[in-house]
Amino acid sequence: MTGELLLQSLANGISLGSLYALIAIGYTMVYGILRLINFAHADLLMVAAYGAFYGIMIFALPWWASFAIAIMITAFLGVSIEKIAYRPLRNAPRISVLISAIGVSFLLENLGIVAIGARPKSFPRPEDIVWNINIGGISFLSLTVIIPVVTILLLVAVTYMVNKTKTGTAMRAVSRDFEAASLMAVDVNKVISTTFVVGSSLAAVGGIMWSLQYPQIDPLMGVFPGLKCFIAAVMGGIGNIPGAMLGGFILGMGEVFLVALMPELSGYRDAFAFILLIFILLFKPTGILGENVVEKV
Amino acid sequence: MDNRQRLKTLLTIGLIIVCCVSLFFAESYLDNFKARVLNLAAIFVILGASMNLVLGFTGMFSLGHAGFMCVGAYVSAILTMSPESKEMIYFMEPIVPALANIHWPVLPAIFMAGLVASFFGFLIGFPALRLRDDYLAIATLGFGEIIRIIVTNTITITNGSLGLKNIPSIKSMYLYWGVAIITILVLKQLINSSWGYAFKAIRDNEIAAEAMGIDVFRHKLLSFTVGAFFAGVAGALMGHLITSIDPTMFRFLFTFQILLIIVLGGLGSLTGSVIAGLVITIMMEVLRFVEQPMNLFGLVIPGIPGMRMVIFSLLLLMVILFYRQGLMGTREFNWDWILNKLGVKPDKGKGVGANG
Repeated sequence: MTGELLLQSLANGISLGSLYALIAIGYTMVYGILRLINFAHADLLMVAAYGAFYGIMIFALPWWASFAIAIMITAFLGVSIEKIAYRPLRNAPRISVLISAIGVSFLLENLGIVAIGARPKSFPRPEDIVWNINIGGISFLSLTVIIPVVTILLLVAVTYMVNKTKTGTAMRAVSRDFEAASLMAVDVNKVISTTFVVGSSLAAVGGIMWSLQYPQIDPLMGVFPGLKCFIAAVMGGIGNIPGAMLGGFILGMGEVFLVALMPELSGYRDAFAFILLIFILLFKPTGILGENVVEKV
Repeated sequence: MDNRQRLKTLLTIGLIIVCCVSLFFAESYLDNFKARVLNLAAIFVILGASMNLVLGFTGMFSLGHAGFMCVGAYVSAILTMSPESKEMIYFMEPIVPALANIHWPVLPAIFMAGLVASFFGFLIGFPALRLRDDYLAIATLGFGEIIRIIVTNTITITNGSLGLKNIPSIKSMYLYWGVAIITILVLKQLINSSWGYAFKAIRDNEIAAEAMGIDVFRHKLLSFTVGAFFAGVAGALMGHLITSIDPTMFRFLFTFQILLIIVLGGLGSLTGSVIAGLVITIMMEVLRFVEQPMNLFGLVIPGIPGMRMVIFSLLLLMVILFYRQGLMGTREFNWDWILNKLGVKPDKGKGVGANG
């Protein structure tokens, strides 16, 4: 491996890893509170990407306005999904809620196919944020720097919110014990909605940056990144925000280096994440940073 | 009670005769398209019933069904294709010599497909079934995708993403419905055996079942392996029905359709899966009109491809939100139920699909 390839892979790994980390946080927050894999989270990426796409291409908005609107739409959608599809099933068996989540995810994907068409569209790259950087013979896109920076800023903000603010305290309380939290005058529904707003907005930012980095968008674009980010969340310890970040970076790096070191295995790239997941689940089901929880009878 | 038992046996024999006769008529009088839809329905019935065994009766949320189908479809296709057509199709890279000259008849090939799929089920179940609920869901989903990725990449065996064409075509409804009826009978026997009671005990409360001395892991593994077997069989049939397969057919989206069938039919009702399998497959064909251009009183609505799947996703959500037990809940549409409804006057009730 040449030094140049190493640097290139390192840069790719960091930017892919930060995208994974950003999206994984949404999964981990929702799982922490509702004990539910929010399958629809993956499709929020797609909604945000198309929101931004139409904002720029059809309504000719400047990129920042269109990104902001896309994020707001996605956050609103995330909250509505919880209200419509998850809240009525809060006391139902877990399998029912999971089926409902899968149903929402398929509804969004199929609505996407119907409304937009299955053909991939190419995402615009505004010149203000995407340009080529040349340092010592290595050329890379500005995104390689922007994505990790944005991610780290958002991660710091979320960590601060969860650990230091009143809302964050309420979130942690609800994720510990639903009933006890509501007895302590925590408005559980409001906390859950806030969680979905935060998680969905992060997914939206992730989705937009994903489409900037890989500028081919289609209605099923969210499925694989979504699954992998869930895996990242499990790997780091589900329900644990620093864990999700760690898992995201490990997964992104691992994937990029697998392809860089063993190009003949690049066809198995998507299988890598799942194999990793299965090993983690078998040997340390609580994840790297997860706590050991003994299931009560 | 003895009388009633005899009556039920008679009714079952009667029903099987009715099924055979109606199969005969369907075989002779239905046009190609309708026969094809009904054959597809038989495949979905097998898929629904086998996934219901895993999800509805044993309570394991497995989403790997499409992966096992994929294995079955490929095994049966490779075994039954003639050496000449293999030579023609594998033009990117020739097939491995060991498989090049195999040319089996269809029935043993389908059985073999089931066996190989159940072997995969066993291999996957061994590590995965230690997990529960959503972890199991995501792990089996992952395994299903891994199977698909392996199939895409092992070009000398599966012809990779190009898929296989010219799989021997079988149109006979006897095969599809015969296998479907055998599947239902086998699953019914299994569910009503002591194994089946153990499955239901595990579904209702795993810890209590374990405390009662049930070997939870072995039972789960059995249920999973049997489910994989029938998924493989259904995959093989699918290959022979549509004569060409490729890895993208067996994406996770396919499992979703089966999930819809068992949720609609009722988690834990075999006859529910049979009814829902028929209804969904036929609906899928009937609803084709929404994807075609329509002319409503002079107002032309262009066809929207993909609309059917929107309708089905909405249907799944509606059922799970408002009518969670599905059509049948955990009840079965069987003779006891009918006889009880009628007093013991069994004049009517010879409906199709009542053999559960």
